[in-house]
Amino acid sequence: MRSLRDALITFRRTPLLSALSVTTIAFSLFAFGLFGLVALNIREALDRLEDRVEIRAFVADGTAPESIGQAAGDIAHYPEVLNATMVTQEQALARAQKELGDFRDVFEGAVLPASIDVRLKPGMRNPATVKRVAARVKAFPFVDDVRFGEEWIEKLYRLRNIAGIAGVVLGLTFAAVSCIIIGATIRMAVLSRAKEIAIMRLVGATDGYIRRPFIIEGLLQGVLGGLLALLLTYFARSLINRYVIETIFFDRRVALLGILFGVVIGFMGSVFSVGRHLRRV
Amino acid sequence: MIRFTHVTKEYPRTGTAVDDVTLHVGKGEFVFLTGPSGAGKTSLLKMVYLDERPTSGEVRVSGTSSLTATDRDIAKLRRKLGIVFQDFRLLDNRTAEQNVAFALEVTGVPRAIIDPKVARALTQVGLAGKGTAYPRELSGGEQQRVAIARALVNDPFVIIADEPTGNLDDRATRGIFQLLRDINAAGTAVVMATHNLELIRRQEFRTLEMARGAVVFDSADAAAL
Repeated sequence: MRSLRDALITFRRTPLLSALSVTTIAFSLFAFGLFGLVALNIREALDRLEDRVEIRAFVADGTAPESIGQAAGDIAHYPEVLNATMVTQEQALARAQKELGDFRDVFEGAVLPASIDVRLKPGMRNPATVKRVAARVKAFPFVDDVRFGEEWIEKLYRLRNIAGIAGVVLGLTFAAVSCIIIGATIRMAVLSRAKEIAIMRLVGATDGYIRRPFIIEGLLQGVLGGLLALLLTYFARSLINRYVIETIFFDRRVALLGILFGVVIGFMGSVFSVGRHLRRV
Repeated sequence: MIRFTHVTKEYPRTGTAVDDVTLHVGKGEFVFLTGPSGAGKTSLLKMVYLDERPTSGEVRVSGTSSLTATDRDIAKLRRKLGIVFQDFRLLDNRTAEQNVAFALEVTGVPRAIIDPKVARALTQVGLAGKGTAYPRELSGGEQQRVAIARALVNDPFVIIADEPTGNLDDRATRGIFQLLRDINAAGTAVVMATHNLELIRRQEFRTLEMARGAVVFDSADAAAL
């Protein structure tokens, strides 16, 4: 109880430094949070997109429908493949006209190639597998061309990785800076209470007891920083939702984990510096 | 109770502060520690409350050895010692009562026990009516009494006083000295460093004289001769 009170006293005595600690922790986690959100949303988009990932093998004109059906059956048995359907020329035309709606007249009298549409099992819809299956499908002699959303998928994957890495790097940098600033706060707090600490030692207070308020102070700064970061991230996401695109937010567990990470930063910053500075008092 | 065995203390920059000191202070004794500035009195006292450990030799205080004591042991030991300095070392933003209570609070004594103990200690030093005064509102002698009350509040077996009257005028000095004698009469040992020879000359108490880190005279030995 007394430790908590002492920790709060330090907050009051060095409000600027304490606020600075809280802010840098918040920025650290905010960086994690923002890039984390980007990564999360790209992943979400990828999941949705991957649902539609199809390999479409266009079949040469004049191939017998039986051969196409046979090939589709073979392909359906590949371990990566969910299903493979034959699309005849007529079906292809009907589908194109339906997709184009008002502009369906464009296809009047046109001939579209027949195809085999291949859908992969969930979890197999990554660029490498798609490429591998596409290559096998292309090996059928009557297959003219194979299309799949190759570039798109790769770009999205890469973007997600970049967002993830950027978040971690920026976040860790800020975390290190937070630790340093918390260290400075603790240093000020220790120095401003040097006399008190010396007397505590003389009358037989244990080191653990003397440390406790400083560590609690670091923890408090961590919690506040974490909450502030969550607030900032939520606010940023609301702005994006309103003006850019609909995005999803972290679930409660991840949000709590973020605050916990703030607590860890606060704890480490204070533990490392309090030991060092107490020894000098 | 306090035993020094061939204790030497060297500091890296200033050299030997205490040079091969062997001595014993028994229960309830009153001992003057005297000698010129820089003779090693403060270093010797610091080793009694294990603020410093000897470079060689052993200090044993109430069962705690300088060779084996952990930080925790040292903290525990200090709860049984009362330490008083020339500069009082009171907290300016706390009242006399709060300064005395501080010693109990930070060692985890329950609140209900603290208040009566503080009142008793302040009465013992003659400041019963001044508990709510801040240090700046008290005279030097009164501030030192608060510091002594803080030293007494844990019921120590020894009071270690490093020049407790160094900042006080004659009248206050006599008052503090009388207080320490009263405390001693009640059974608590007192080790008091001072260069107030006037004070010592009139007393029958054991006197240790230090010079250049060594104990050069012990009135206990002289009496035995």
